[in-house]
Amino acid sequence: MNQHTSQHESVYDGLVEDHGDVSGQWAFGTSFEDPLAGVDTTMPEGVDGADLAAYCLGLGDDALVLSHRLSQWCSRAPDLEDDIAIANIALDLLGQARLLLARAAAADPAVVPVLPEGSPAPDEDRLAFFREAGELRCTRLVELEHGDFAHLVVRLLLFSTARLALLHRLAGTRDPVLAAIGAKGATEVTYHRDYAARWVVTLARGTEESRRRLLAALDELAPWHPEQLDTHPVATRLAESGAGVDPAATAEEVEGVLAQVLEEARCPWPEAPRRGGVRGRTGRDGMHTEALGRLLAEMQVVARAHPLGRW
Amino acid sequence: MSTAERTRGPGVAEAEAVAAGVTDPEMPMLTLLDLGVLREVVVEEHPAGTAGTVVTVALTPTYSGCPAMATMRDDLVRALTEAGFDEVRVQVRLSPPWTSDWITPRGRAALREHRISPPAAVEARPAGPVPLRLGATRRELACPRCGSDGPELTSEYGPTACTALYRCTACGEPFEHVKEI
Repeated sequence: MNQHTSQHESVYDGLVEDHGDVSGQWAFGTSFEDPLAGVDTTMPEGVDGADLAAYCLGLGDDALVLSHRLSQWCSRAPDLEDDIAIANIALDLLGQARLLLARAAAADPAVVPVLPEGSPAPDEDRLAFFREAGELRCTRLVELEHGDFAHLVVRLLLFSTARLALLHRLAGTRDPVLAAIGAKGATEVTYHRDYAARWVVTLARGTEESRRRLLAALDELAPWHPEQLDTHPVATRLAESGAGVDPAATAEEVEGVLAQVLEEARCPWPEAPRRGGVRGRTGRDGMHTEALGRLLAEMQVVARAHPLGRW
Repeated sequence: MSTAERTRGPGVAEAEAVAAGVTDPEMPMLTLLDLGVLREVVVEEHPAGTAGTVVTVALTPTYSGCPAMATMRDDLVRALTEAGFDEVRVQVRLSPPWTSDWITPRGRAALREHRISPPAAVEARPAGPVPLRLGATRRELACPRCGSDGPELTSEYGPTACTALYRCTACGEPFEHVKEI
């Protein structure tokens, strides 16, 4: 069939042969391989490791949790092309999550959950599969339960518009690893945002039913949007040291893009007030909705049952 | 090797040739060199702490979540080990990010030959916010089967992260187009 197959007698041989240091693969990650292998993860001067780790966890958890939500749509999209598109977007975000969680672990090893001795789980998988809901730092928008397809595209529009504005600015910041992740991720998220924006316009200007659903999704999700643009002490300190971007600094751009999409969709921005935190705490502080616990229960159950798992 | 930024060491020509011949697991008509992900090959004799010849290969992933990276690494390790190098190290290079502009002319010809439409040159993006595109992405494409202009986009995402799906309006051929990124 292809070179890959002919190099191995069977496509499955590679799984069982002894590859020396690449044998004994961790059972639950995408592969037993450091996504930052050979990358210099030395902290830039004047940047606090704990702050950089917390910041990367926030961005990484956003990508991880929305990636999981999107992957739950597999085989359920309105048509095959969109099913493939959603799976591809989930894959891009999972890749960004791996890099960001690995960056967090290298910046501050104290954030990585301790597993029983002999566990082959790499750091980014320990972070993904062995933290409790209260330890995740994603915004609450990404964790909310599913709605219909209109809900999917509205959430993706709100998320990717805010993320793109942040990632392309991160490309110019002082931590070379985070800057590289930002530059790469921005090219990917541009496709995600434009895909979501086109669907928002299509549904809003489609049939009476599609417009009704689109407006309902907007009503439900818009109050969760402002949290994405909230400033946070971690972001403020990192921005001051030149290694991060304060989301509040992207607000004008983000709102401008959303206004452009909604104008084309002939939809007003809902008037409902934003969702507040609990005693001032929101997703970035580890304060989440119940939906996150349920999501993690499904996502983490196999890994947690087999912390020493190998295949 | 045109895309590598730096090569050195004895045996480097052989290591480069072996590494350059390894193919992409998802688009096997392309070598890693033609795809532009192979960025550097370094050969060192007895570097500190090792007894033999060590080859270090740097790869830049096409997409952050590219699931082919582990297979590329395994295939590189296998090919270079079989060629007699004692130790093979594969490193990730994140910066600068991969762009479809790095696909070589030979790679583009190989894609066309296999009826996959190669990417156009990436437009330089002005500084500042990334402009929103509400219309379908416009690309000047020709059908890789019959050569007709004006194929229609069926999906901006294809079977791999790096392709979009099109259909020729003249001959009906559905085909993949490697996206500009």
